[in-house]
Amino acid sequence: MLDQTPSKLSERSALVVNPAKTCQPVGAMYAALGIHNCLPHSHGSQGCCSYHRMHLTRHFRDPIMASTSSFTEGACVFGGKPNLTKGLTNIFEIYDPDVVAINTTCLSETIGDDISDIIRSAKIPEGKVVIHANTPSYVGSHVTGFSNMVKAMVAYLAEDTEVKNSTINIIPGYVEPSDMKEMKRIMRLLDAPYIMFPDTSDVVNAPMTGKYEMYPKGGTKVEEIRKSGSSKATIAMGSFASKDGGYELESKCNIPCHVIKVPMGVKATDDFIMKVLEITGGSVPYELEMERGQLVDLMVDVHNHYHNKRVAIFGDPDIVIAMTELVLSLGMKPVHILTGTPGKDFDKTVEETLQTYGETAEHVKSKGDLMELHQWIKESPVDMIIGNTYGKYIARAEDIPLVRVGWPILDRVGHSYFPLVGYMGAIRMIEKISTAFLDLRDKTCSDEDFELVL
Amino acid sequence: MAVSKKDLQSKILDAYPASVMKNRKKHIIIKDSSEIQEIQANTRTIPGIITNRGCAYAGCKGVVIGPIVDMVHIVHGPIGCSYYAWQTRRNKGVAREGGKSFLEYCFSTDMQESDIVFGGEKKLAKAIDEAVEIFNPRAISISATCPVGLIGDDISAVAKSAQEKYGIPVLSFNCEGYKGVSQSAGHHIANNKLMLEVVGKNDIETKPFSINILGEYNIGGDEWEIARVLHKIGYNIMTTMTGNSTYDEIATAHQADLNLVQCHRSINYIADMIEIKYGAPWMKVNFIGIEAMSKTLRDIAEYFDDDNLKKRTEQVIAEEVAELEDEIAGYKAMCDGKTAILFVGGSRAHHYQGLLSEIGISTVAAGYEFAHRDDYEGRDIIPDIKLDADTRNIEEISVEQDAEKFHLRIPAERIEELKSTVPMSVYKGMITDMPDGSMLIDDLNHFETEVLIKALKPSFFGSGIKDKYAVQKMGVYAKQLHSYDYGGPYAGYRGAVNFARDVVAGMFTPAWQYVLPPWKTQPGLVGKYVEEGEA
Repeated sequence: MLDQTPSKLSERSALVVNPAKTCQPVGAMYAALGIHNCLPHSHGSQGCCSYHRMHLTRHFRDPIMASTSSFTEGACVFGGKPNLTKGLTNIFEIYDPDVVAINTTCLSETIGDDISDIIRSAKIPEGKVVIHANTPSYVGSHVTGFSNMVKAMVAYLAEDTEVKNSTINIIPGYVEPSDMKEMKRIMRLLDAPYIMFPDTSDVVNAPMTGKYEMYPKGGTKVEEIRKSGSSKATIAMGSFASKDGGYELESKCNIPCHVIKVPMGVKATDDFIMKVLEITGGSVPYELEMERGQLVDLMVDVHNHYHNKRVAIFGDPDIVIAMTELVLSLGMKPVHILTGTPGKDFDKTVEETLQTYGETAEHVKSKGDLMELHQWIKESPVDMIIGNTYGKYIARAEDIPLVRVGWPILDRVGHSYFPLVGYMGAIRMIEKISTAFLDLRDKTCSDEDFELVL
Repeated sequence: MAVSKKDLQSKILDAYPASVMKNRKKHIIIKDSSEIQEIQANTRTIPGIITNRGCAYAGCKGVVIGPIVDMVHIVHGPIGCSYYAWQTRRNKGVAREGGKSFLEYCFSTDMQESDIVFGGEKKLAKAIDEAVEIFNPRAISISATCPVGLIGDDISAVAKSAQEKYGIPVLSFNCEGYKGVSQSAGHHIANNKLMLEVVGKNDIETKPFSINILGEYNIGGDEWEIARVLHKIGYNIMTTMTGNSTYDEIATAHQADLNLVQCHRSINYIADMIEIKYGAPWMKVNFIGIEAMSKTLRDIAEYFDDDNLKKRTEQVIAEEVAELEDEIAGYKAMCDGKTAILFVGGSRAHHYQGLLSEIGISTVAAGYEFAHRDDYEGRDIIPDIKLDADTRNIEEISVEQDAEKFHLRIPAERIEELKSTVPMSVYKGMITDMPDGSMLIDDLNHFETEVLIKALKPSFFGSGIKDKYAVQKMGVYAKQLHSYDYGGPYAGYRGAVNFARDVVAGMFTPAWQYVLPPWKTQPGLVGKYVEEGEA
């Protein structure tokens, strides 16, 4: 496996090998699916749209719908306006969404199509909405694309009002539908009114009923996103995915934005809850307190499974940052920490988190790739890898357990039904980590060391 | 059938805006053998229609070039294109003894904003330097993506200078995603380059009964299963294009005595050009399904016309069929009378119909994403195909007889004679094999898929990942005929059994019985009405 990867690291400045990121529009497509009755639209040649739908479908094992402008060579020369204009007409006539959320690709961005102008001059049926985000694939990563689409939701839809109510806007970040659902549950337990957007729960994990719903029950309603401009505060989970949307609301509608980590692990969940209390002045119900207690109980009970274990973490920046803190809180040692998404904030935040626990990692890198991660691991081995499906090649090559976290997970099922956020999510994460180590032990130990109780 | 196909066709078309209706009308036909029917295909996609199509880059790098195991395939573009084609198409392959395989890798120049502004040629050249230094591959490919053509990066110049610098082949492919109207343009672009720069470059000692398998990408190990049987009979496979192939093997392709064309759409260009340049004819084959496989083996033996080979062919067919007869009969008993709809890229929608009918499932509607009229109607109509503005820019190359390497394998008269029984240089297309009343739909879209499923209520929908789950939500088993749902091989004899086994598992999995909850089908009140005076 990965036999051609040399153990010795050589500097690369031009060739990316086995990336730890993909391009913007797929993130924008995912975000757009978090609007109720919305059809994402890809303004570019159709290959992008098919690839993005495929990739999301493989992760969620659910239909992922999106349309495309289907550029031809002629459109590249003369611009994609006729394609998008015709596309919008066809979409509304044939597929009847309430919202079309347009993302762009490297093609239309390089040409310089003015999407706002095209939308303005298009005939949009009464009561229907078209929004757009510029998502050039040659800038940032899929997380940037998610962030740009969230920002577009605010820019197009949020309405500034003089009078604010007590609602809290939650921008959940690039997480699973199960995570969004769990965040909403926590808000309800805290008795805090909220508007979450985007919200893909019950969209990309829709039930089997024998009837196909092109626009499933879930998704934030346009009306709610409009009302987000009347809220008291915004909590943006994960700076890479959610900060820009939150700040856009702050500048457009004068709503204070609080950027916190994605609430994975005891510390980040505590911070989330404390932030809500700070805004609402409310209190924590017993149910949440009990969950927290159960989590800490488990951390104490089974610390021996993972204490001092060396771990490599890779994936999307907000998730990697959260996971770094989570494993530190368990007493593990994150030694190689990498994301493919560019951004200095990543290195800084990870370093700060490590310092809080008195640890230093051997490598912390943004804009890195998985070949580099593999070479670090060859030079300085780890006990576990935490990351997405692509980590399985390194895991197999080096015989290290992989705990699948993040996006995409293409080779396991059920992940979009169980959260990793909140105290319950942290409990699940501990179960995953412990099970991975114990399975390895059961598989590799000698017969006389094989034990019934572990 | 409850709904007539004509009504169905109207139902689809009536829902469209006028211009879309006019367009789509020509892409949908109901077979009627009493008239000459023409389908429109290989034309541009309607914006906003929710097509299943991909792009020229996918057709070139993703399909044809990517499976070559010992080349480093560098994608020049932003990260997405390279990333999405990384291990997602299941073209299996292994390194040769002492050689290398790069199939587990994804190589990209990861273009940034500055590359778009100032050009990406320098970065590409540097990426090649790094690839050579780190991986020392047998050869390198460069695939262009959408922005490359727009900003004017000259990838063939970069390839040429790298080739001179390192003395290894560096092939450049101008397969920008916007070229043509689908993956098909990419096939053509890849074929041209392979023909011009690879085939014919490696002369080795030849053996009797040498063949190439063209247009076979070893999805889920298909090629290995086909090769197992061909080897058992006594053939020598020079190369497969391009499943599990190496650069040097493809370079020997001109030496084989016969080319077997599985996927006509993606590789017919090379098949034709090899025949013109080197004199080896090609034959349309089909390794999918038991009867098709046996017929193909007999056709090949007929071409070589060797008594021992023919005898061996019959022995192997008998052995292989005996091994699977009982199991297939069991599946047939379960599936008999069921119906299927097939919608796959450019060849499988035709090839799988025979296999399905062997387990009792008849195909009532079928279509391709990106095939051309010849794949629907047969190669005879090729002279009538008009190239439109969208495909005219795809380079057409012509080759001439090679002065040294051309030789006829069998006399021209003999080929003519063979044509009466064997598909020499001929493909009759999908329509020919479908019964009257079948529906053919080109570039099927999501709306049409929904209407078809609801109206025809098939038991089996053979398609891809994007429509699989939508169709299953409607209660119909959808099997991926691109990725095989991670199973396979499905080609050859053992493949046929694998396929049948998977189809039966999919159609009869107990979960289908639970789609409707009991409270939707049973009365909620439990108890019985008691007559006065009873109990």
